[in-house]
Amino acid sequence: MTTPIIDLRGVCKSYNPGTPVAVEVLHGIDLAVCEGEFACLIGPSGSGKSTLLNLIGLLEWPSAGAYLLKGRPIEQANDDERTRARLETLGFVFQFHHLLPAFSALENVMMPGLMRYGAYTAAQRASAAELLAAVGLGDAMHKRPNELSGGMQQRVAIARSLALAPDLVLADEPTGNLDTHTADDVFALLRQFNETRRTAFIIVTHDPRLAARCDREIELRDGVLVNDAARKR
Amino acid sequence: MRFEWTVALRFLREGGLQTLLIIAGTTVGIAVIVFISAFLGDLQSDLIRRTLGVQPSVIVRPAEEIARPLHQAAGVTALDQVQARAQRLRSVDQWQALQAELEATPGVRAVSPVAAGPGLVTRGDANKSVTITGIVPARYVAVTRLDEKIVAGGLPLNPGDVAIGTDLARDLGVAIGDKVRLSTPTSPGDAYQVRGIYDLGQRGLNRAYAYVTLPTAQALLNLPGGVSSVEVAIEDLFGAERFAAALQAKVPHEVESWMKANSQLRTALDNQTIMTLLVRFFLALVVAIGVASVLIVSVVQKTREIGILRAMGASRGRILRVFLVQGALIGASGAVMGSACGYLLTAVMSNFVRADDGTPIFTAHFDAMLFGYTVLGAIVLGLIAAVMPARRAARLDPAQAIRL
Repeated sequence: MTTPIIDLRGVCKSYNPGTPVAVEVLHGIDLAVCEGEFACLIGPSGSGKSTLLNLIGLLEWPSAGAYLLKGRPIEQANDDERTRARLETLGFVFQFHHLLPAFSALENVMMPGLMRYGAYTAAQRASAAELLAAVGLGDAMHKRPNELSGGMQQRVAIARSLALAPDLVLADEPTGNLDTHTADDVFALLRQFNETRRTAFIIVTHDPRLAARCDREIELRDGVLVNDAARKR
Repeated sequence: MRFEWTVALRFLREGGLQTLLIIAGTTVGIAVIVFISAFLGDLQSDLIRRTLGVQPSVIVRPAEEIARPLHQAAGVTALDQVQARAQRLRSVDQWQALQAELEATPGVRAVSPVAAGPGLVTRGDANKSVTITGIVPARYVAVTRLDEKIVAGGLPLNPGDVAIGTDLARDLGVAIGDKVRLSTPTSPGDAYQVRGIYDLGQRGLNRAYAYVTLPTAQALLNLPGGVSSVEVAIEDLFGAERFAAALQAKVPHEVESWMKANSQLRTALDNQTIMTLLVRFFLALVVAIGVASVLIVSVVQKTREIGILRAMGASRGRILRVFLVQGALIGASGAVMGSACGYLLTAVMSNFVRADDGTPIFTAHFDAMLFGYTVLGAIVLGLIAAVMPARRAARLDPAQAIRL
């Protein structure tokens, strides 16, 4: 069996530990995601989905438990190591698109490359343009985010999350702000990259229709994994 | 650093009016600092030149004569009451050797021997007491620039010629070509023709000196072959006291710098230096505070972008540097434009602000050195101002920043 990309073992997360207002939002999560998986993370509001996603995305530290990223323990790593791991292994797509408004669509997609290589290279420009073409924005790549519709912005965000060919993309309600039709398009796009590039996805969603189209359904309730089922396609 | 520069430049451009305003503020602050710095040195030397009139930077006089009481025999105690000796007019011993030695000293611009003593100018029934000053015109002019103060006639004096001040000329009712009598306690004197009239800009000074040739003064003052002082002009006006102290240690004469002879002027100038230093310091402080506050606001405005960049894999150090670069860029652009404005301001002031006699009061020294220091200083200032905002940006928690 191959090494999972992420391997969480008994991970807990508390806020304000050791104070009277301490609250534990995740209780002993065990979760592994391997290459090429297409999983959705569902659960009611306040169940800890975003916190879990932030933990996986190395934006927050677990209070207890172990976290192996590609077999390497990362729960004790310092900020710089975690930042580097994010850059090299993970991609993010957020609900509110979160593009950089000061940069064009193309520049947004090239930003991870600029961070990683410290320069804009011709090869990066070509691959960024290719990604934008793949998400159907070949004609709009020099537009600023505020000149694009919500669906288009989300497609730019998806292209950006894939710029450095990460092993795993974390998508926090990527279709939460889009109409049904656009949401279907965006979802299909994620699926397409999953199949063509073998990129693993964890998608947080409230939409049961979309959840039903994922290979694996992870359900979180009150900070506990209550259901983790692979689904035959 | 390519990432930092790209993002910093884009953030500044995105800042729009906010960026323009802070650069404008920095420009104005730095323009005034440059303006003050360019003028300060020249303003002071100009002031000294105008106030001191014909005083040299350093003057060498014979040492004072002192009374020496004889010592009593042992066992006898006497309470001495020693009267100070009256100082007669004496020559500087070996002044020609001293003059040659001074001329060979580095930092000396000119040396002029002077024989000066008390005398009377008489015309008809009018007597005016003056200092009869014997000079070698070419040398004296090199030390005091008296030639620039001549308002009528000229200075190349011959034996039998005298140059006096405008107020003395008016008091005596004489003009160029008229004759006056010069006399001293030791000489009945002779008639001299007024050849030049000078104006030192101060009434007292314009009545004080009657310039004659050195041999004439030596004869009138009974100082055959001698001089009462040797006057020295040095390159570094503010190094006069140091120069005088060094010279004092070598020669058996009394050496005095303009700084000691005019301690009040010197104190005033020192105060001016401190004041302008303070003004410049506080201007710089205001500029720094302005830059810091604009960047702090920018960090707040860009919280979400910073969060995205951090989530995408920008380290804390990189975010820190993005804001430091912004501070440095604001400082540098303010310095370049501020130097240009400061230069323009100095040019305008040089042209339009003039003294009574029509000469420009300000002649600014604006050189590459000042420009270099300004740019360097402004970049450092911008960096320092950006430290606090940059640290705040770097400390942002990406998970929280994105949620906003």
